Amino acid sequence: MDSLALEVEDLVMHFGPVRAVDGVTLRIRQGSVVALVGESGSGKSTVGRCIVRLLEPTGGTVRLAGADITHLNRRRLRPHRRDVSIVFQDPAGSLDPRLSVGDIVGEPLRLMRRKDISAKVSESLRRVGLRPEVAQRAPHELSGGQRQRVSIARALISEPRLLVADEPTSALDVSVQAAVLNLLADLQRDLGFACLFITHDLSAVEYLADEVAVMYLGQLVEQGPRARIFGSPAHPYTQALLSAAPVPDPAEQRARRPVLLGDDLPSAIDPPPGCRFHTRCPVAVDTCRTVVPERRTIGEGGHQVACHLVNDDGTGPDVRPVASQSQLLSPGREAP
Amino acid sequence: MKPVLAVKDLSVTFRTEDGPLSAVDRVSFDVGDGEVLAVVGESGCGKSVTAMSIAGLLPRTATVDGSVELDGTELIGADKRTLRSIRGREVAYIFQEPMTSLNPVFTVGHQIIEVLRTHIGLNRQAAHARAIELLKLVGIPSAERRVGDYPHQLSGGMRQRVMIAMAVACDPKVLIADEPTTALDVTIQAGILDVLRGLRERLGTSIVLITHDLGVVADLADRVAVMYAGRVVETADVHDLFAHPEHPYTVGLLRASPAAGRHADAQRLNEIPGLVPVLTEQPDACTFADRCPRALDTCTSSQPQLTDRPHRVACWNPVREPVEV
Repeated sequence: MDSLALEVEDLVMHFGPVRAVDGVTLRIRQGSVVALVGESGSGKSTVGRCIVRLLEPTGGTVRLAGADITHLNRRRLRPHRRDVSIVFQDPAGSLDPRLSVGDIVGEPLRLMRRKDISAKVSESLRRVGLRPEVAQRAPHELSGGQRQRVSIARALISEPRLLVADEPTSALDVSVQAAVLNLLADLQRDLGFACLFITHDLSAVEYLADEVAVMYLGQLVEQGPRARIFGSPAHPYTQALLSAAPVPDPAEQRARRPVLLGDDLPSAIDPPPGCRFHTRCPVAVDTCRTVVPERRTIGEGGHQVACHLVNDDGTGPDVRPVASQSQLLSPGREAP
Repeated sequence: MKPVLAVKDLSVTFRTEDGPLSAVDRVSFDVGDGEVLAVVGESGCGKSVTAMSIAGLLPRTATVDGSVELDGTELIGADKRTLRSIRGREVAYIFQEPMTSLNPVFTVGHQIIEVLRTHIGLNRQAAHARAIELLKLVGIPSAERRVGDYPHQLSGGMRQRVMIAMAVACDPKVLIADEPTTALDVTIQAGILDVLRGLRERLGTSIVLITHDLGVVADLADRVAVMYAGRVVETADVHDLFAHPEHPYTVGLLRASPAAGRHADAQRLNEIPGLVPVLTEQPDACTFADRCPRALDTCTSSQPQLTDRPHRVACWNPVREPVEV
């Protein structure tokens, strides 16, 4: 059996009355990439912060390479720090403006009291496609894409087993985003670290994720191999997410109609009873309003879903309107 | 047919501590009656500055040249009174962050009613009824109740709907939507795009849609102007642009945009190498030349102008062969 880089069991993180994360179970095999997808308020970033122990979880367990780090104090956490790193969305906000790039990238090693830091900094910068001279510069002298490369260089300098990437490209322009995604994919292939890629954008992760986990209001609603999630999404929310992102092709985009879920996201203080998605689900039935759906395995490859309406063989409702072939082919007016 | 909005040779230069900064360089486009024109580009390409200059929203450090005609009225250099009578009434804006444009201490109804009373002179009762109608028009459920909500009681998507209701309260000729869905989740975005589509169909509003998202362009636009480093580099009918992009930058943007279901087997996305230049003055060269895979010698010594065909491109070596995106 493959060894696990990360095991998250029934993770719970409450902030006072806010139930940000409410029972998330997730495993990442050594060297594989899992995309954690969800919209604002789904709790996906909170999961990431619990994993790197920027937060101490309210409940559940987090195991890094087999070691339970859920409630370790600072001192006892230190030996595990090098096993996991995080890259944030906004490189401008996560890089200390008073330090040089070299100091920023080398900081993790300094905290571990390592030697030869400057050589390793140069090496790490080179790996992310920056010239070693960049070490002398200040973060504000760099472009957004370059700053994100610096964050990645810092995150990887301690050779972690797991990289948590929290929306690493969301603040970047399309052309720069592509370069940073390619870089992460290349580094992951070359260095073999496991990666939890947190994002709101399903399309950005399709070519780099091995598995996809979809979160809604603090819970996972569906997870499984990438091809299953994109090819035959079972949960109505996953289907809605896939149909809502517009594709850059006018003929195709106008033929498809997104599933409109309504704007009112329920509050994480008082989440809906039963299935949390039922208030926005176009196919919800009475059971969904009262009974919490269990997570079940459907089909092969560990495809799991928490929805009453999905059958054990993975068949079930598809909330996406079907566009006929003729509409897809004819350019021009949108489908009626 | 005469365009509702005609922008001609619009240039904007900012005075900065480091000297002048050219943000927009001789941009021209027309928007027809009921037409949706998308102005698309990445950060710093000048798309928002172009939009803000239309109704004189730029700070005083900006020098604006050229011409913006709204239904025959020249707006560049127009006096304050003319601009005030046009802003909100004939040209309305919606921005990315609805919360920064809504006043947190008044109910949304109050804010819409204020617009209706100031600009159209409706009495309180008529304005209240019209406010509810407008909220319904933008798809806010139980509008009679929501009209009494404060902005903080609404979700991000609802707030953006309120902004749209305020913007169309006076039935403007042109609605300028500057990244209207960028701060929203995709499932919410789909609803807002639907509202904008509905406005164009029901009220015949012309829309200038400023966006960086080619998916949004594909969804809503009739025509597209692609901007790069302050210039329009390509403009065409939306179907034509996506099917036969001619400017290497447009091709690069299309290839770099990820779309679900299209990269299953791809090992990498296409990148555009290099950075957008920051221009103190516009050079006599193509500003994309140093990032362009098709650049010729001419490209660095002479500035390409937009061609005269309906599909216009400013490029010395445009892509004419079919492209795979």
